[in-house]
Amino acid sequence: MSADIDVALIVNGAGYRARVPPRRLLSDFLRHDLGLTGTHVGCEHGVCGACTVLLDGVPVRSCLLLAATVDGQEVTTVEGLAGPGGSLSKVQQAFQDAHGLQCGFCTPGFLTTITAGLRDNPSPSPEQAREMISGNLCRCTGYQNIVAAVLKAAE
Amino acid sequence: MMTRLFGAPIKRIEDPRLLRGQGAYLDDLGSDALAAAFVRSPHAHGRILDIDVSDAIDIDGLVAIYTYDDLPGPLAEPLPLLIPHPALTQGRTPHALAKDEVNHVGEAIAMVVARDRYIAEDAAERVVVHYAQLPPVVGIQAARAADRLVHDDVPGNLGARMTQAIGDVDAALAAAPHRLALDLTVERSASMPLEGRGVLARWDRDSKRLRVWTSTQTSTGVRAAVAAKLDLPLGAVEVITPDVGGGFGVKIVHPWPEEVLVPFAARALDRPVKFTEDRREHFVASAHERAQIQHVDVGFDDQGRIHGLDVRFWHDHGAYTPYGLIVPIITSTQLLGPYRVHDYRVTFDSLYTNTVIVTPYRGAGRPQGVFAMERTMDAIARALDLDRADVRAANFIQPEEMPYDHGLIFQDGRPLCYDSGDYPGTLAKLKALIGWSDFEQFRADARAEGRRVGIGLAMYVEGTGVGPYEGGHVHVETSGKVKVATGLTSQGQGHQTAFAQIVADELGVALEDVEVVTGDTRRFPYAVGTFASRAAVMSGSAVALAARVVRQKALRIAGEALEASPDDLEIVDGQVRVKGAPGVTIGLGTVAVLSNPLRYAFDEASKAATQFAIGNPDKPPVDEDDEPGLEGKDYYSPAQSTFANGAHAVIVETDPDTAEIKILRYCVVHDCGNLINPRIVEGQVHGGVAQGVGGALYERMVYDEHGQLLNASFMDFLMPYVTEVPSAIEIDHLETPSPLNPLGIKGAGEAGVIPSAAVFASAIEDAEGIPIRAMPISPSDLFTLRARADRLTSERPGPRAPAAGPLEEIA
Repeated sequence: MSADIDVALIVNGAGYRARVPPRRLLSDFLRHDLGLTGTHVGCEHGVCGACTVLLDGVPVRSCLLLAATVDGQEVTTVEGLAGPGGSLSKVQQAFQDAHGLQCGFCTPGFLTTITAGLRDNPSPSPEQAREMISGNLCRCTGYQNIVAAVLKAAE
Repeated sequence: MMTRLFGAPIKRIEDPRLLRGQGAYLDDLGSDALAAAFVRSPHAHGRILDIDVSDAIDIDGLVAIYTYDDLPGPLAEPLPLLIPHPALTQGRTPHALAKDEVNHVGEAIAMVVARDRYIAEDAAERVVVHYAQLPPVVGIQAARAADRLVHDDVPGNLGARMTQAIGDVDAALAAAPHRLALDLTVERSASMPLEGRGVLARWDRDSKRLRVWTSTQTSTGVRAAVAAKLDLPLGAVEVITPDVGGGFGVKIVHPWPEEVLVPFAARALDRPVKFTEDRREHFVASAHERAQIQHVDVGFDDQGRIHGLDVRFWHDHGAYTPYGLIVPIITSTQLLGPYRVHDYRVTFDSLYTNTVIVTPYRGAGRPQGVFAMERTMDAIARALDLDRADVRAANFIQPEEMPYDHGLIFQDGRPLCYDSGDYPGTLAKLKALIGWSDFEQFRADARAEGRRVGIGLAMYVEGTGVGPYEGGHVHVETSGKVKVATGLTSQGQGHQTAFAQIVADELGVALEDVEVVTGDTRRFPYAVGTFASRAAVMSGSAVALAARVVRQKALRIAGEALEASPDDLEIVDGQVRVKGAPGVTIGLGTVAVLSNPLRYAFDEASKAATQFAIGNPDKPPVDEDDEPGLEGKDYYSPAQSTFANGAHAVIVETDPDTAEIKILRYCVVHDCGNLINPRIVEGQVHGGVAQGVGGALYERMVYDEHGQLLNASFMDFLMPYVTEVPSAIEIDHLETPSPLNPLGIKGAGEAGVIPSAAVFASAIEDAEGIPIRAMPISPSDLFTLRARADRLTSERPGPRAPAAGPLEEIA
């Protein structure tokens, strides 16, 4: 087996150095090596979006990335979204206000996706709000209240 | 006065934790655990000749490999048949690890335990299994033909044949003015929660106790099963349900092979062991539902009133029957919906196939039953050229006929007796909501633009809140905080919020002072589980009753302290006070102190409770009929299910060229009795509708003739994204309270998905003028149906009627 690889990265504002096997998935690295279990894995093949994190601010599927490939980059997970002192971010608060989650398993991927989406488009139309979340699967909510949460967070 | 919380759209208590990424789902636990992976059959049917692990055992980090031969005692026996039934004469269940034979792709053959999942999968890949392949039985037609058998000792692949009947259907059909026959098909789908199954076990060698965490819909069920399989006393096993990432039925099955094997390995290795299912495993190694073929014979009169209904259906239950006949029994009984049918006969065959097992998925047989009945209603309307809503109305059970006993036996072994419901009121609301009467104008306007639209409706009755029971425990701590426990589990239904609302109201305390724990056998060891839209009815009622016990006790103790009659007391904001004299109060926390006479003082509160501080010296510190502590427990066990109902309507547009099906409007009228939290109920309806859209238009399990599941990934099994669901789901509620429980509630969890296949078939048929008899329906399917209809039309003179054409099935 190939030799382990040294990586240095910033996760939620904190610096980490680690030695990872070449095949270690970023999702497993975050969850099992760093203990940041808020990022969830729903399909392991990049379709459901539950594992979405922000890589240098851009939403990516952490189940499709190898940890070794993000050396020198900055990762934001759901644990990094809350404000100082742990207050819910606007997107998180909108999810609670709009009942945008039920079991909560897919939610972290929606939160990271929408956080980046609203940064790029702070005032989405309803149609743009739907477009923003159209790559994430949720089996509980029927998406109605997730769309509502996007619009609420944009208010 | 405090605002009543019951009925209020309270924001969920569980959300802030989940939103911060602080949820604790199964795979988030056990960072020190070894990982289990499974060798699974690549063949649908075969005999195992040999399992060779020699190439795997040298892998660094491998800890153990288990095959069937390693399983001791009860673990070597077949897994339990959870719900036996006299009609299930040929029930079969799998072994935890395959013994000699495999009966579907994905069946577990060996368990590999290693330092981490990567290594476990490396080793699993190197386990070589030699098979003698056997020809598989795939699909209902093959099972019925029985040219091949799934189990050698089950003739005809027939697990069960069951008939229920009321009246004299043969005579009623013979005498009916009109007759009609329909052949219907529903394909397989699956619950498909975003979190798959998973289990973690820790063995405590010193105390010989086992602690198991599992992503389940029944922790008490798993506990009993693990204790039995591992030959442990029940008291030595604890099962905890962590946050669960969706269930939708599949996680009610227990024990899964992994649920007994992982605890077994944890004990054998004296190390914590964890299994987290991956998505492909969930497709091929958990459970599916829905597949049925149905034949309906119906007799009716000029008003569309049903005179006789004879239903025959064939149910694909997959390779094994761990969950008995629940799904087809529900289909056969709930098929009747809101309609009065005096002469009814239903016979089903439950059939083996070499495919994944079939167990309840949200709706649990009801979508198929509703499909059969509602297709029949539409067919009658078309045959008579009557309004589809009018035909339904002609057959309704009326509110004044409640309770209405059909004379059949429901899935819980109890009479199929509707407790309450207002079906005409439901239909009236639905027609108003969707604008039923105005649709023909809309159709005409659309047609003028070259567009093709259709409207459909479907109605259902859903038995919810099945027994046998649930319990609740309510404990007021000396801090005044209220701790509530109930044994059933949560998978996103907001139980922590809804049950807290109930208890806060009953006890007169603030919502934020109430904390609810579910699915932890350490906190409440007697429970059944979360399925059949039963949690709110069962545990909601149980925690209400338990809170009333606590309230009575609090008033009695406070009455003694305040020298007032308990009848003159009330509890407001956690303070017991004399009605009309708000100055005379005692806090519930203080009452809790008084309830528990102590010898030792640990803090200020307990100092006040020492024997020298309180108590009547003439009486024992704890009276003979009393117990220490301000706590109470009670159970709710209804004589029968409560029956919710509803109606859905949809307007679709079908593309004349591509046959794409677009949802223009989707309306729901829903009656689940009194609403505890409308926000949560509407969320449940939204989610159900989305799953219904999936089941009606997109989702199917595509097996090839070899029994290989061709679409076992989210790339290929098309679950709806936001782009596939209606942009608005319009909801109106009726609240017909159930007389059966203290809160007047009925279940809501499954409602959204139940009429979906039926309502889409109704609307597409209306748009196209082609009988729709099979669901789901894709654009390709519709395209094919059009081509066939065009061929038929070209063979017969005259154009195809757009909406109310003759039905080819008219007998």
